[in-house]
Amino acid sequence: MGAGSLIALIIAAIAFSGIAILVAKLVTKATTNKQKGEPYECGVTTQGPSWIQFNVGYYLFALLFLIFDVELIFLFPWAVVVKKIGWIALIEVGIFFLILFTGFLYAHKKGALKWK
Amino acid sequence: MWSLQNITDNIHDWLYATFNPTVAMLIEYAIIGALAIGLFAMLGLVLIYMERKVSAWMQLRLGPNRVGPKGIFQTTADTLKLIVKEGMTPTGVDKLLFNLAPFIVMIVAMVVLAPLMFAKGFQIWDLNIGVFFITATSSLSVIGILMAGWASNNKYSLLGAMRSGAQIVSYELSAGLSVLAIIVLTGSLRLSDIINSQENGWWIFKGHIPVWIAFVIYIIAVTAETNRAPFDLAEAESELTAGFHTEYSGMKFALFFLAEYVNIFVVCALGATLFLGGWMPLHFGTNTRFNEVMDYIPSSVWFFGKTFFLIFVIMWFRWTFPRLRIDQLLNLEWKYLLPISMINLLLVTFIAIMNWHF
Repeated sequence: MGAGSLIALIIAAIAFSGIAILVAKLVTKATTNKQKGEPYECGVTTQGPSWIQFNVGYYLFALLFLIFDVELIFLFPWAVVVKKIGWIALIEVGIFFLILFTGFLYAHKKGALKWK
Repeated sequence: MWSLQNITDNIHDWLYATFNPTVAMLIEYAIIGALAIGLFAMLGLVLIYMERKVSAWMQLRLGPNRVGPKGIFQTTADTLKLIVKEGMTPTGVDKLLFNLAPFIVMIVAMVVLAPLMFAKGFQIWDLNIGVFFITATSSLSVIGILMAGWASNNKYSLLGAMRSGAQIVSYELSAGLSVLAIIVLTGSLRLSDIINSQENGWWIFKGHIPVWIAFVIYIIAVTAETNRAPFDLAEAESELTAGFHTEYSGMKFALFFLAEYVNIFVVCALGATLFLGGWMPLHFGTNTRFNEVMDYIPSSVWFFGKTFFLIFVIMWFRWTFPRLRIDQLLNLEWKYLLPISMINLLLVTFIAIMNWHF
């Protein structure tokens, strides 16, 4: 089977979820009132806006992730051929890791991994 | 011997002999879609029942035991209940994203099934970059989760989605690095090649201690990636109600739930394929009698047996470890698992180059 099977799977997923939601919509009777539509806050009246500030730490981890994810993408083709190439590939990736790790240590020293 | 490959080959030949190629191809795609939907429904029913029974067993309870013998129809009854529940859309939500999120999560869970090999010669698409495809697409589910959390107009959802995002992207790194350990040993990203390379023994037996380390890291990382306890603080019910799907109800909630369980199945199936030999039976060196007996067990039984064993292990974690705090969780990944898996990858490469593995 070729790439067309992906399209078949995507259509299957959409059809499955779509039909499930549609059937549920058809057999239930929806009622609305003002209280029912409020955002859930454990039964208490909603306080202030819901799109609140959150910890900046999430961004720091996202940035760090970006660096290492790019590294991971580089490593996939490397992993396939490393056995054929041998020592040179291992040494090169050792150096690559060393540079990355220095950056990682710098981020650690600067306190990017600390959750405040 | 009886195998699924004969059945699929016969169906394929019959279809192409009876219809013209385009129609036959379309029929095959329709069969694939129907099978995938069937697998989804079965996995949902089986895994949720299994989860409840395993939990009950670990806590010396009975678990579901009213609907049907031993309660096996409990999940069906729950599904019927969810269908007749009203799917609410609260005021103030971003309607488009709110309704789109369950679809995204479901599509990702479905597409990831494509390169998995369920039995000998039973695979939807033998992609030459199979492992890469799975790691790439399964990380897309974080978009659906962030979308759901952001669109819900709810503080719990937003915080849950942010936590979940940070957690999934962090643990993806060590999961990827431990998967690479096997790629280095096999030299191929194609899942069928990886399974064939384990014909004379699974990698967990052949690869020495570094592969063991990679396996343990992989299991920890995928537990976190699928938001399972002890890493379930994205939906920690005692602090965030239900995390990113707090505002979802009825069928949309059921879809999130289903996708979550299918994701657990997919990561365990990948773990079983990479480390435990996929559908390969257990062989012991040159002990031919033992090997022949093992060959009589169908390959699909081997695959599903291994996968469900790993799922059981992940369910076991849930009742063994207390939930981590967000800073402990990120520390575990960034200060322990990531450096360990990087060094471990170099070790595995060293072993592969020296040809020290069996």
